[in-house]
Amino acid sequence: MTTHYLILSGLLFAIGAMGVLIRRNAIVVFMCVELMLNACNLAFVTFARQVGNLEGQIIAFFVMVVAAAEVVVGLAIIVTIFRTRRSASVDDANLLKY
Amino acid sequence: MSWLMIALPLLGAFILLVFNRFTNRWGHLLGVVMSLASFAVAVLAFVELLGLGEDQRRQAVTLYEFIPSMKLNMGLLVDPLSISFALLITGVGSLIHIYSIGYMSHDPDRRRFFSYLNLFVAAMLLLVLSDNYVGLFIGWEGVGLASYLLIGFWQFKPSAAVAAKKAFVVNRVGDFGLLVGMFVIWTSFGSLAFKDLGAEQIGTASNGTLTAIGLLLLLGACGKSAQLPLQSWLLDAMEGPTPVSALIHAATMVTAGVYLVVRSGVFFEASDVASLVVTIVGVATLLAGAIIGCAKDDIKKGLAGSTMSQIGYMMLGAGLGPAGYAFAIAHLIAHGFFKADMFLGAGSVMHGMNDEVDMRKYGGLRKYMPVTFATFIVGYLAIIGFPFLSGFYTKDGIIETAMEHGAWMGWLAVLGAGITGFYMSRMIFMTFFGEKRWDKDAHPHESPSVMTVPLILLSIGSIVLGYFLIMDNRLMHFLAPAVGMPEHVPVPHLFSTTTVGLSTLALVAVGAAIAWMKYGRAQVPAVQPRGSFLTTFARRDLYGDALNESLFMRPGQWLTRIAVYFDNRGIDGLVNGLAAGIGGSSGRLRRLQTGFARTYALSILIGAALLTGALLLVGNI
Repeated sequence: MTTHYLILSGLLFAIGAMGVLIRRNAIVVFMCVELMLNACNLAFVTFARQVGNLEGQIIAFFVMVVAAAEVVVGLAIIVTIFRTRRSASVDDANLLKY
Repeated sequence: MSWLMIALPLLGAFILLVFNRFTNRWGHLLGVVMSLASFAVAVLAFVELLGLGEDQRRQAVTLYEFIPSMKLNMGLLVDPLSISFALLITGVGSLIHIYSIGYMSHDPDRRRFFSYLNLFVAAMLLLVLSDNYVGLFIGWEGVGLASYLLIGFWQFKPSAAVAAKKAFVVNRVGDFGLLVGMFVIWTSFGSLAFKDLGAEQIGTASNGTLTAIGLLLLLGACGKSAQLPLQSWLLDAMEGPTPVSALIHAATMVTAGVYLVVRSGVFFEASDVASLVVTIVGVATLLAGAIIGCAKDDIKKGLAGSTMSQIGYMMLGAGLGPAGYAFAIAHLIAHGFFKADMFLGAGSVMHGMNDEVDMRKYGGLRKYMPVTFATFIVGYLAIIGFPFLSGFYTKDGIIETAMEHGAWMGWLAVLGAGITGFYMSRMIFMTFFGEKRWDKDAHPHESPSVMTVPLILLSIGSIVLGYFLIMDNRLMHFLAPAVGMPEHVPVPHLFSTTTVGLSTLALVAVGAAIAWMKYGRAQVPAVQPRGSFLTTFARRDLYGDALNESLFMRPGQWLTRIAVYFDNRGIDGLVNGLAAGIGGSSGRLRRLQTGFARTYALSILIGAALLTGALLLVGNI
């Protein structure tokens, strides 16, 4: 029973990871990160149900809180970069290098 | 009271050096007074010593404990040997001090000159009066310092500065020998005081130890006395003012080596090898010095070659045991007088000839400098061994004693006497006889009496001292408490008619005759002719400098060059290479940071995957 949930969680995580690696648009990359976080949440909740305690569910809540905070900061950064460079591509913002 | 002998000139040097130019006006007088006072103390000590019985003539005075842990006291030893030297040093030294008043009168630095002279007298007295090797060594270094300062007195001349440095460096080689010799004495016998190093005390040591001590001390003596193979500095030392050449590089300091050998006589008597080496060094140097003297046109360098040669005679005598000691010391004292006489005479000639030293530009000076000429002639006759003068008795004594030890050294010494006859006559003929070859602006004149009076006194000493010291074996008996008596005492004659004595005289006459034919009767070219191979050989000091350069200087330079190369390429290369390697590789590693966020994400993913894989492989978390 839990196997299906875990497979779904793994699939969602893989999709998110591939999205982060492949897509250039910062907004899409951002959404893929959210996808990965939620895949993890699914896994946490699944395990919590299986084991029969609340800890996994509590952690899922924490992840959601952190993700919400992260969205605020991350979107603000993306908007600022877009305003100055007229581009939301993550490859264009590569000044911080050797 | 004998410490006053050392303290007075030291005080003089101190005052003159510390109060500097405030003493400019009377500094030279203070120097002379201090030297004369020291002479007076020496005479008093001498008289006191004569008043004692023979077995009491070793007056030790302990001044203070120098190094208590080594049981080493700073003390003076007044015995016949040291008092003979003290009289020579202060007596001849005072005359040279007086002479220098006139000779240095035009020099703006005369006060400094006298301070160094006083310093020298003090150090030399410490050398001969000390009752142990450490005190002797302090004096030894002191005279080396004074010699260095005085050779380089005119330090604005590069040649003088170089000559001073050379003397210092060559003397270090000898000092090394003396120091190591002292170390060996200390480890073998546990004392450095002369009184603890008698024949019985050292009898327990092995023959090898005694030979090593003897040879090391001889190395020290060679450095100070300009004996082969450390002779090269003496000829260059003539860059100093002439009174310095007379006092330090003829009469006193260079004879310190002879003093050391005689004072350390027990070691040389105990080791046949060491004493044989001393005689070989003496014979080799007396010939080398004489040959060098034959070819020099610089009057001072000619005299310097002669000094080397005469010290060679003393060294030969000192290597012959108690029989030779008395003659060596007698020759040393007589030589101190006649060589100082001639050096000061040469200085007087230079004084009158605008400091010209080239004998080819002299000639016919006897009419213009009668006193200088007369005193120089006396010194000349004394050194070639003209009958009844000093050198005749003292040199003949050494030759006769050498003949008893080995015919080869005796006859070589006779040959040396013949060569002496040649080069000294050459000097006389070139300087005082023949036609004038002067520079245009030369106006030769006799020197003032402050310079001629010391010359006269020295020449009187040159006449009578040999007779006085040798007749009745006076010096031998006087020195006996300090150095011992030989087994069979020689009988001195007023005029010895042995084969050796007569053939010496004959060879000297032949030498003088050859000199007369080449330089007296014939014209002396004013420009130095090229000369034969042998002349060049002698002019270049028997290639002594070339030998030192090729044997020590060049290999030393190669060694430093190799060391520098190894340092630059080897050690620096290793360090620099390591730094460059790390720098280069980190520069390449830096390229990984591309600035593309997705690349980082990929590497994080791969890392996480690898970590997970590893955990799965290892097993449970």
